[in-house]
Amino acid sequence: MKLGIPSRIFRVFIIASTTLYLAAPLYGMLDFSTKPLGGEGGRTLRAWKAIGSQEDLTSSITVSFAIAIIVMLLVFLLVVPTVIWVHLRLPKLRRPLELICLLPLAIPGIVIVVGIAPLYRWISINITESPVSLAGVYSMLILPYTYRSLSASLDLVDISTLAEAARTLGASTMRTIFGVVMPTIRSGIMSGVVISLALVLGEFTISSLLSYDTLQVVIYLLGREDGKIAVAVSLAALLFVFGILFAIPTTKRRGAILDADIA
Amino acid sequence: MTNSQIARAGSSTGTGSRFWRNKRDYLGVLPFLFLSGLFLLWPTFNVVYGAFFSDEGKFSLDYLTNTIKDDGHRIPFVHSLQISLWTSIAGGILGALFAWAISTGKPDGVARRFVLAAGGVLAQFGGVMLAFAFFATFGFNGFVTALALKVSETNFLASPEWLYGLFGLGVVYTFFQIPLMFIVFLPAVENLKPQWREASESLGGSAKDYWFRIGFPILFPSFLGGLLLLFVNSFSAYATAAALISQGTIITPLDIGGALSSETGGASAPLAKTLSLYMVLVVVIVMALYSLLRKRVSKWEQ
Repeated sequence: MKLGIPSRIFRVFIIASTTLYLAAPLYGMLDFSTKPLGGEGGRTLRAWKAIGSQEDLTSSITVSFAIAIIVMLLVFLLVVPTVIWVHLRLPKLRRPLELICLLPLAIPGIVIVVGIAPLYRWISINITESPVSLAGVYSMLILPYTYRSLSASLDLVDISTLAEAARTLGASTMRTIFGVVMPTIRSGIMSGVVISLALVLGEFTISSLLSYDTLQVVIYLLGREDGKIAVAVSLAALLFVFGILFAIPTTKRRGAILDADIA
Repeated sequence: MTNSQIARAGSSTGTGSRFWRNKRDYLGVLPFLFLSGLFLLWPTFNVVYGAFFSDEGKFSLDYLTNTIKDDGHRIPFVHSLQISLWTSIAGGILGALFAWAISTGKPDGVARRFVLAAGGVLAQFGGVMLAFAFFATFGFNGFVTALALKVSETNFLASPEWLYGLFGLGVVYTFFQIPLMFIVFLPAVENLKPQWREASESLGGSAKDYWFRIGFPILFPSFLGGLLLLFVNSFSAYATAAALISQGTIITPLDIGGALSSETGGASAPLAKTLSLYMVLVVVIVMALYSLLRKRVSKWEQ
């Protein structure tokens, strides 16, 4: 589209001012995390080098990644097959399934904590005190995103015909779902997986109120002791997730993040 | 599931209906139903149900009707509504303008991918870390504060107390609202067909005519939908506020957090559930409006 001169100036102004507003705090993190402790001039990488030697931090990173992997497995082995199964066999359940999957959008994280606290109290007494149990509630939080990207890609391909073809050729149900349908919609599944990783690494509300030491909780606590290290880790985490989102091709990724809508 | 059953299921066209009645298919959704029942449906029920009871576990409407009358809980609730309203309007307008500015660039350039990824990170992946980013920028040791102090001792940015109150919280919220609006609004702006503009021009319409008679009316439902989404987003946010504000409960999520884990021994489950129910009601109303709007929007998104 060709723009007139005033629109072009306006466009440059918008892009420049928004970018400045969004970039300033990020630059602030870089600036703050490389300042020496005393406050005099110069730069130091002390905070960045100290990341590796913080035991709480490294163990919380391990824990958060472990949770992320379990959540991804749940998505792969349970959520995705169930959505496909319902699409193929139980069309009557499509609407109820959609409602369940979109419910987390209507329930703020803080509210989920209130409702789920007794369950986690029970789990930590009777099963395990490990933060890995958070994978259960996290896999629910990502349902809206996984469901939207899944159902969008399921609508694009005619999976009934595919599944029928697979069955005609003698494939078992498991093989049909895991070997035929899932590879066909892998871009939708991938974007769901990326979202789960970002969500698990960024989640704070639930884990902090249930007193589990996940990455964000440790960053938060670290912020009270040594702000510079906390800021350095935060920037590193932001860049890490940015790298993942950037590495995934636009068109495929977009469906997942954009579809935060419910209708 | 045996092969013979699948074979029966597979002869799709004519005999399908007999198959749908096969109750055993419903077994396939049981594991998922169990997991979501445990971690999603039961907690939701627990909150809604629990709000109707007193501390002693008797059925009572006291909490539901009295909590909102108590200034200690009403003021944070009003703050929550206010901050969500203002940050969704500010972030919505800026994000929409940014989406328009980006949409006029190259559709598949690296720059756009970069901006989309950055938007995704800033919008969805923040909380605590964004609060830290603002400490490092506008806080007592922030670089903007240092710059402002060089200019004069008395200007607004030189005394960073503003960051630790409702206004500062609003500024941080706006920071993640802009990229979220950008992400949800970009498809709508990209759907403005160049043909519409050409048609308008060939009929003698000016740029102003195009925007006021075609562009804005078409974009308006998407814009409003985006605002509602932003409203819910900041209404539900907890992490940023928890990291930014160490004392006082100025918004409802902090109020709930306090009711849940009060160190002074005042923890009250019915109170936390009542406040939660208030929040859910607001979100459900907003989401219902949103889904009505989406129905209108989808007309233009084919």
